[in-house]
Amino acid sequence: MKSEIAQIWTHLLKSFSPKISATSGRTLQVLAAHTALTAYSLVALFPVLLVIVNSFKDRLSIFAAPFALPSATTFSLDGYKTLYTTARFDLFFLNSFLVTAGSLILILFVSSTAAFALAEYKFRLNSLTGLYLAIGIMVPIRLGTVGLLRLMVDLHLVNTLWSLILVYTAQGIPLAVFVLSAFMRQLPKDLTDAARIDGASEYHIYWLILPLVRPALGSVLAISMIPIWNDLWFPLILAPGESTKTLVLGAQAFLGEFVNDYGAVLAALTLAILPPVFLYLIFSRQLIRGITAGAVK
Amino acid sequence: MPNRRSFRVHILVFLAPAVLVYTTFMIYPLVDSLWLSLINKGATGGPHFVGTENYQALFSQEKWAKPFWNALRNNALFFVMHMVVQNPVGLFLAALLGTRIRGAWIYRTIIFTPTILSVVIIGFVWKLILNPAWGISRSILQMIGLGNLDMPWLGLEQTALITLSLISVWQNIGIPMMLFLAALIRIPEELLEAARVDGAGTWRIFWRIQFPLILPTVGIVSVLTFVGNFNAFELIYATQGALAGPNFASDILGTLFFRTFFGYQLQPADPYMGSTVAGIMLVIILVGVLAYLFGWQRRLQEIRY
Repeated sequence: MKSEIAQIWTHLLKSFSPKISATSGRTLQVLAAHTALTAYSLVALFPVLLVIVNSFKDRLSIFAAPFALPSATTFSLDGYKTLYTTARFDLFFLNSFLVTAGSLILILFVSSTAAFALAEYKFRLNSLTGLYLAIGIMVPIRLGTVGLLRLMVDLHLVNTLWSLILVYTAQGIPLAVFVLSAFMRQLPKDLTDAARIDGASEYHIYWLILPLVRPALGSVLAISMIPIWNDLWFPLILAPGESTKTLVLGAQAFLGEFVNDYGAVLAALTLAILPPVFLYLIFSRQLIRGITAGAVK
Repeated sequence: MPNRRSFRVHILVFLAPAVLVYTTFMIYPLVDSLWLSLINKGATGGPHFVGTENYQALFSQEKWAKPFWNALRNNALFFVMHMVVQNPVGLFLAALLGTRIRGAWIYRTIIFTPTILSVVIIGFVWKLILNPAWGISRSILQMIGLGNLDMPWLGLEQTALITLSLISVWQNIGIPMMLFLAALIRIPEELLEAARVDGAGTWRIFWRIQFPLILPTVGIVSVLTFVGNFNAFELIYATQGALAGPNFASDILGTLFFRTFFGYQLQPADPYMGSTVAGIMLVIILVGVLAYLFGWQRRLQEIRY
């Protein structure tokens, strides 16, 4: 974080220092590019900022001066107070956290062992197993919803967080196995062979390999995390109960109910926006690597 | 391989958890859904095998066919909007960022931000902005001299779907941008330098060198857009509700699937017809993916070798 702030500063300082450019045509092009990118950045950020800024204002100034920043007289936390007294957002947040963390742990664990088996051993069904697991990269799990709901009813898992965790794990496995096994295949074979000569068991070798693919694990974590946190479909269908609502479903229900209370709506939106943005700032590097790694092959 | 000799239990131990979870919670429900789409309640009561009757009903029986073709048409338009707006603009932004412009990572981080937010939240944010009661869109349109364009964009039958498509484009543009940027950066700098020395301009270099080299990414972006669009649901549900108003003008396959399977207001829940809608969505998505794998990718490989 600190180094990124330093980078922003050096960037700003550099762009303000006068420089003599080689060709004015090139400078003009660069200037046009900066203008276009700045304009689009504003388009991208404006709606989000508008919501966050207005969530801290009183009702009157939300309508009278929506583009103004909150001042000492217009600052208000009324929206957040309504939120606090009418909906269990702390519980929804905890649910989202448990579901996301639980799914991610399971995805990383079961996918890394499977990827290790596919990358390390030659056996008859190797490529067929890889292909079977890869079907799920392109086929959305959502299309099996009718079957999933029946299954969850049979297993008595409806309205439990486990139903969500299991579905998200199944959904995350295909891409995770694909990315991780591609990474593990690039590791030199001598490494595992040397460990074997030293008498390490196959399970021990897996543990030795795991730290070597840490960047890939980070990418898988980053690309799997956001769709799970943001999902509405499965919470709506598998776990709509008051005690199992995730943050997104809770926000959706709250927004529908309080449509006309702008302060409360803006506060709910802000609370739902901040966690993913926070995670994004932490994991942006892994995320970008993950998106490109998943799509390159 | 040192341990060829016997059946190797550890392979099974390594593979079993992933294969089991994936099979139980993804493949089995998908197959079960497809099976359900071949079943229906007969006039006499009990559910029984009906073959492709559900699909025939969906295609041609007034009660099902009208909403189905409407949703399919809307979904096709939704996809076309992404192909003609999202992907070209994403490519344009990537091309700008790919010029090694200073501060590229700041722009990149900002432009990608909407992509990481929940569609529900995005939908509601735009619903507020476009709501005449708050008047944000009106003030902005008036500010840039387009005050006569002020109307309830999400409330009119003619504009609702286009507006929702553009909101979706606004949110998802980060993905094509990132993928195109990654592809552009992989092009060796010497190649571009050589063209520049030969006197080629930026425009010419882009179309003659960079674009042909990123064709594989164009294919990936298109197929990802296709799968994502024909599986979309959240944005419509969050902004327009399950009835995908006004008067089903923004109904797409995802919202139709939800209503059919789950029931809504006067319409009773119907798992069999719901599975049938899901079955059609699966066929559409598979056709798209296979067309990409066997049409686009194979042809590219032929060109390369």
